[in-house]
Amino acid sequence: MDTKSCDGAKVPVIVEFTGGLESLFSDQRKHLVSLPSTDENGQSANLAFLVRYLCENLMADKRKEMFVMDGTVRPGILVLINDADWELEGEDQYELKRNDNILFVSTLHGG
Amino acid sequence: MPPTPCALCNANRALIIRPKNHQKLCKACFITLFETEIHNTITTNSLFSSGERVAIGASGGKDSTVLASVLKTLNERYHYGLNLLLLSIDEGIKGYRDDSLETVKRNAVQYDMPLEIVGYDELYGWTMDQVVSQIGKKGNCTYCGVFRRQALDRGAARLGINHVVTGHNADDIAETVMMNLLRGDLPRLARATSIVTASAASDIKRSKPLKYAYEKEIVLYAHHKGLDYFTTECIYSPEAFRGSARTLIKSLERVRPSAILDVVRSGEDMARLVPEEVSGGRKGGKDVLVVEGEAEGGGGCGNANGRASGGEMADMEKQLLQNEGAQDKETEVTGKGQKHDRNCEGSNRMARKLPKQQMGKCARCGYLSSQNICKACMLLEGLNRNRPKTQIQVSVEEEDNSPTLTRRMEGLTVIPGQQT
Repeated sequence: MDTKSCDGAKVPVIVEFTGGLESLFSDQRKHLVSLPSTDENGQSANLAFLVRYLCENLMADKRKEMFVMDGTVRPGILVLINDADWELEGEDQYELKRNDNILFVSTLHGG
Repeated sequence: MPPTPCALCNANRALIIRPKNHQKLCKACFITLFETEIHNTITTNSLFSSGERVAIGASGGKDSTVLASVLKTLNERYHYGLNLLLLSIDEGIKGYRDDSLETVKRNAVQYDMPLEIVGYDELYGWTMDQVVSQIGKKGNCTYCGVFRRQALDRGAARLGINHVVTGHNADDIAETVMMNLLRGDLPRLARATSIVTASAASDIKRSKPLKYAYEKEIVLYAHHKGLDYFTTECIYSPEAFRGSARTLIKSLERVRPSAILDVVRSGEDMARLVPEEVSGGRKGGKDVLVVEGEAEGGGGCGNANGRASGGEMADMEKQLLQNEGAQDKETEVTGKGQKHDRNCEGSNRMARKLPKQQMGKCARCGYLSSQNICKACMLLEGLNRNRPKTQIQVSVEEEDNSPTLTRRMEGLTVIPGQQT
């Protein structure tokens, strides 16, 4: 059976926020997220979908613009996919795999 | 996507893509290259001399933590012969600085460096919490910036050190260049790009070894080396103008990563075109306030947005210029438009500068100052003048041990008579 088309199938991923971003997510650095395996249009869940999903389901803070801007991750926030810069992995088109580690690091705070 | 191999070792998987040239590197090669580039900055600019004692302005944030880590590594690897110490400023901000100081204390152990902490309360009789409760959040960064510079100098002087390094990075410099460009403030623009700032207001030299390092790479270096740093916003208000410049720089970086270093280089080139009598010269740096709040403000401030800057600082300067105490020996600040032309009626555009720098001592605190009363004491005067109104009924006794405050209290006896 094609799990991707199966309703309710999930991709478990580890999502981490550091560099001050954790303050937008209940001051919790590490989150285990069960992401629907397909997005709103039935496409495989990619990073863009994860970001939308996090905004709607995980972000406690109302200030969405601190995390997303113009439909993507706000400039100044680094995204590491399994420790690699997301630019090496196709940025927000990267398709998530089970147990991927996605780290969002803000460079905008502190110093 | 198949893993990309490292462009240098060709063996390991590339994890980092460098903003300035898109080079793809593995973790180990990135760390080595990052350190080597800082080393090159240090040697090219002859920042240090063997046997020198150097204080690292440490806030516990990413920049100063990476600076401490890299300097320790390079000092050992290349035998600089430096004696490194951590110097921290305690602004007295509960829930912010007290937490970040814990990070600095851990860093002192991790890097095996002595740590000196200088507090605003011991130096000035005011914590930033008290300043904010007095003046409100608006403009508080100005006080913090002015106090910090003197505090770093005094901390260094206390340790017998005349060189302080700060964690200002390429993004910080690019921001400052943009801000000064947008304000039409060439003198500040020129000073901000300088890697070493010696000021006539201080015999303590400042330098910025991370001047050419991208903030992104600093954060990645800290991440991949597992460094222990502190991140929380300063709880007091961000400065809107710098915040906007910062957003602009980050947005440019997303589209064109080399933009940040390009802005820094443009700033350097523009600085070369600014005549020395306008910029105040590389060594002469005459205007204390500018250096205090602007080019140098960030070292101890954990919040880039909070660095004293922009309109606030300009407003404060105006206010200070109006201050009687400042009138006679006021150093004319150059190139800031008509608001500073107070003493220059009839002077033409080119003649409005030429500040006369006469170093002396602050008549109040005895600290080295180009003016009769140093900026910190002027700010304190304003604070202290108003303090009794809000605090006198609470407790007079507890303020007895502050000489500045005691003086204020004496002065106070006159005021009630006038009011009634």
